[in-house]
Amino acid sequence: MNILGIETSCDETGVAVYNTETGLLGHSLYSQVILHAEYGGVVPELASRDHIRKLSPLIHEVLEKSSLRLSELDGIAFTRGPGLMGALLVGTSLGCSLAFSLGIPAIGVHHMEGHLLAPMMEKNSPPFPFVALLVSGGHTQLMLARAVGQYEILGQSVDDAVGESFDKTASLLGLGYPGGAALARLAEQGDPDRFTFPRPMTNRPGLDFSFSGLKTFAMNTLRNNTDEPGIKKNIAAAFQKAVVETLVDKCQRALRQTGYQALIVAGGVGANKCLRERLVIEAEKSGTQVFFPSMALCTDNGAMIAYAGALRLSAGQQDDTNLAGRPRWSMEGLTALPQNSG
Amino acid sequence: MSEKPHPVKILALDTTQEYCSVALSVDDALIWREELAPRSHTELILPQVQAVLAEAELRLNQLDALAFGRGPGSFTGLRIAAGVVQGLALGADLPVAPVSSLAAMAQGFYRENSTATHINAAFDARIGEVYWGNYALIEGIMQSMGDEAVSAPDDLLLPATGGWYAIGSGWAAYPQMQHRLAARLVKTIPETAPLARDIIPLADKIFRAQQAVSAEQALPVYLRQKVARTIRERTADRS
Repeated sequence: MNILGIETSCDETGVAVYNTETGLLGHSLYSQVILHAEYGGVVPELASRDHIRKLSPLIHEVLEKSSLRLSELDGIAFTRGPGLMGALLVGTSLGCSLAFSLGIPAIGVHHMEGHLLAPMMEKNSPPFPFVALLVSGGHTQLMLARAVGQYEILGQSVDDAVGESFDKTASLLGLGYPGGAALARLAEQGDPDRFTFPRPMTNRPGLDFSFSGLKTFAMNTLRNNTDEPGIKKNIAAAFQKAVVETLVDKCQRALRQTGYQALIVAGGVGANKCLRERLVIEAEKSGTQVFFPSMALCTDNGAMIAYAGALRLSAGQQDDTNLAGRPRWSMEGLTALPQNSG
Repeated sequence: MSEKPHPVKILALDTTQEYCSVALSVDDALIWREELAPRSHTELILPQVQAVLAEAELRLNQLDALAFGRGPGSFTGLRIAAGVVQGLALGADLPVAPVSSLAAMAQGFYRENSTATHINAAFDARIGEVYWGNYALIEGIMQSMGDEAVSAPDDLLLPATGGWYAIGSGWAAYPQMQHRLAARLVKTIPETAPLARDIIPLADKIFRAQQAVSAEQALPVYLRQKVARTIRERTADRS
């Protein structure tokens, strides 16, 4: 089966085709980062306007890359939520009506399930059950994944998402918007031990996170040491170290608590080099395994939506013609795949 | 007398305002579905498409063209219409006629009031503005006299001559327009809205003039371009 995947939940337009026998046939991503930069954050209306301009041309581009005609598609998957309502509606409207027009099934995919299942597209694919750390600009969650569609939230951020805290701290350091990746690069040149940032919520039980305090701590550190040479790179390094150690600590706790052997990491922050290195070291120490999607599939993308949709469509699930998006949608409310569906 | 033009099969849809509507022209008949359902467009639109096709016993790829209300109107509504029409057009390989939702509303008002040949159509654009355009009947079709605009109510203008019908939610939102232009207005009827069946004659004209576009060019026309302030603009305001 050839499944077209469409992602439009935030500020990236992603399209891909996944073949259930041969894997990913082609994918394209159009990022709106430059569009939103001068506004200092994602402007939902502008995001929606860009999605409706870019989605159809991207579909053509991906079909060409995949050497497929529209008539060779067997199903269409699109992100139904969570995300920005207006942005989601572009994907649901176009995806659902294209499926209707072609007479093939359509399915609305949970964006975070897409991220969570993305590492399963890799050659070295994690076996269920596993613990998943989902970290992006909008999400910070530790999930327990028993099987496709069977998830339990173990912990999540009580305030800022981790990617958000990277971006906010970067902005504070004058790195522009979105500066999370620039902060990580700057951190590589800094001394992570010049300042000691707190490790929020690690001194008590539980798997929840809190990152808004780190941004405040960074602000105060900067204010109190303005004239120190290399202050910004040292703050960046200390901030990143605190975030990474906090995430690693909670992941280890989650593995101990569940007794599971495998951890998967997904979402934009999953591309953070320091986080990846630390998780690999900890996995070796504790005799567990850690899995990541390829770097290209850490950010929002159409491939993960095509893949998650392919699993559900192959199992016989499909949606009706309702185009409604679900801006807020818990992963715990998803349906499990029918047993023995492969 | 010229020969009657060959009938064109067009499926039109509109979700720009509070009505969700679909219409299908087939030979000389017109089949339509319309529902006043401000928050249910996403649920209703494809079943409506399905229903008119079923009634006409046609498949999408047996049609000549698609059409949609391209705006102005609710931003989200415009994109639902554009998204659906793009998806249908891609899948069935059909051209698309984008139609002004203001012109469609004027066409609908003329359908019900055959003396209304000069119409100002206006939607409430919120934040103290109005979307508007002037339309005159030429060969049975409401045609735009000048550009459509978004402006303050005080900047809504009528052409120099004639008596005009004033229709649409803009006239209810800003009664001062009626006071200012009273001498030029034949009648003011704010309770009017665009419907897919009135898109059909306008789309038919676009299709015959070979001005229909491909799926990816079936885009909304918002009129309002400025929807957020940049960091620089916000900083300038504070200082």
